[in-house]
Amino acid sequence: MAEVLVYVDHVDGAVRKPTLELLTLARRIGEPVAVALGAGAESTAAALAEHGATRVLTHDASEYADYLVVPKVDALQAAVAAVSPAAVLVPSSAEGKEIAARLALRIGSGIITDAVDLEAGDEGPVATQSVFAASFSTKSRVSKGTPVITVKPNSAAVEAAPAAGAVEALAVTFSAQATGTKITGRTPRESTGRPELTEAAIVVSGGRGVNGAENFGLIEALADSLGAAVGASRAAVDAGWYPHTNQVGQTGKSVSPQLYIANGISGAIQHRAGMQTSKTIVAVNKDAEAPIFDLVDYGVVGDLFDVVPQLTEEIKTRKG
Amino acid sequence: MSLRIVVTVKYVPDATGDRHFADDLTVDRDDVDGLLSELDEYAVEQALQISENSDDDVEITVLTVGPEDAKDALRKALSMGADKAVHVEDDDLHGTDAIGTSLVLAKAIEKAGYDLVISGLASTDGTMGVVPALLAERLGVPQVTLLSEVSVEDGTVKGRRDGDAASEQLEASLPAVVSVTDQSGEARYPSFKGIMAAKKKPVQSWDLSDLDLEAGEVGLEGAWTAVESATQRPARTAGTIVKDEGEGGKQLAEFLAGQKFI
Repeated sequence: MAEVLVYVDHVDGAVRKPTLELLTLARRIGEPVAVALGAGAESTAAALAEHGATRVLTHDASEYADYLVVPKVDALQAAVAAVSPAAVLVPSSAEGKEIAARLALRIGSGIITDAVDLEAGDEGPVATQSVFAASFSTKSRVSKGTPVITVKPNSAAVEAAPAAGAVEALAVTFSAQATGTKITGRTPRESTGRPELTEAAIVVSGGRGVNGAENFGLIEALADSLGAAVGASRAAVDAGWYPHTNQVGQTGKSVSPQLYIANGISGAIQHRAGMQTSKTIVAVNKDAEAPIFDLVDYGVVGDLFDVVPQLTEEIKTRKG
Repeated sequence: MSLRIVVTVKYVPDATGDRHFADDLTVDRDDVDGLLSELDEYAVEQALQISENSDDDVEITVLTVGPEDAKDALRKALSMGADKAVHVEDDDLHGTDAIGTSLVLAKAIEKAGYDLVISGLASTDGTMGVVPALLAERLGVPQVTLLSEVSVEDGTVKGRRDGDAASEQLEASLPAVVSVTDQSGEARYPSFKGIMAAKKKPVQSWDLSDLDLEAGEVGLEGAWTAVESATQRPARTAGTIVKDEGEGGKQLAEFLAGQKFI
């Protein structure tokens, strides 16, 4: 059976959930071979094996932490040369897409980004994408070279499928471009203890109607009662009420959780572009005419300052 | 010293319009108004700010690949303050994908001459966000991408990249390719004077032969990817909407419990 390369997104050996989802999708088109780079690469092996990786190719060097993107492209290119895979799958993070793009160019292949589903086809893997603010669904394939496809988080359920996961050292020679962009400083983001926005199963967002940074505590309390991530509309971010890293929408993050709860968000097209593929959509808004209500499975026309705390209390009560 | 900046911009269908696909599964541009991709305005703005903060002579060229109407996007950028524009236009470009677009842009950037390329973080239609990285790869220069802050001094570009896990400080020597996010600074509105001045600024038109490219290298025929189908999503079935009369939160909790979220 053909092998499929899966690029591993991990933090010091802790594999992030979108990579485990990729392993599930990879098994539909071949045998997953994982590529883990940088500090902690070898410690990813157990989690990757548990989710179907037949082999785990690893390499660590200071270049991965000291220079932007290109060392990882060099390594992935070396892996492609070593494995001759049927496809290369990369998580659709901002960096993942950049790595995938440069790799595709180097190996003479096409690239598809932000796939939300993947299946085997007669002429190679077929990727489903959600476009134009989720108003269309397209099916595409790479028509030249080895398909390079990036996949959005929450595109597949993580399934355990134990495999050998044999760790093998990957031989990497860095290109002249590898050291072109130096990372001179790094400030880790302070953990809020909440799930990562793009990976969360539930997202609770606040918008203009939250009316001030101090009121975002209400949104956070609701999120915490559900174990959810917190999102914000562009209006709320531009007003300085919540960090840009939490912005959901066309110029922020695109989320596709099981449940999305929009509070005080009118639902401008730019916001809808970032959340419209959520499985279940719920909104609380004072304005019965707000376009967000066109999208909802359940909507409450009311003041979020009344509805949200009552909802939070009720959830806590029900959860005991 | 002089600094030549090329800003790549895209003319996109208005997201508030009814966007859809043509019969050949390319984006239908005839039925929807186009405009300068909002995210590219940030790239133009940063080019202008680099120019304003520089002691060197800075020349800003805006570059687009697109149909006749794409000149509107160039005019907008010129009215904001860019110095000149290049429009790559050719019937054979219809249906060009990201890999092909990066080829055309790279050829045009080399022909125009550059020290720094600035792009937006993604177009607002395709939203792939891969063209800046592809340009860096093709041009063989450093990529300094997704910057929320950018500065250029003494042949070095520096910036801040805010990722999910960390905020990074980046540094590279020119020439380089930069992309900027919508956090880099609000884009200015063109002034009346700027709009009038833009009408007199040069807009060069190049076709594929000007760039030594063959038709088969680009367009639908040369594309590295193939769209097999595009299906309009059925409108969502109308959801339940209740008016809060004191129990709205509890009713919502009941719904969430019914859906097994609680």
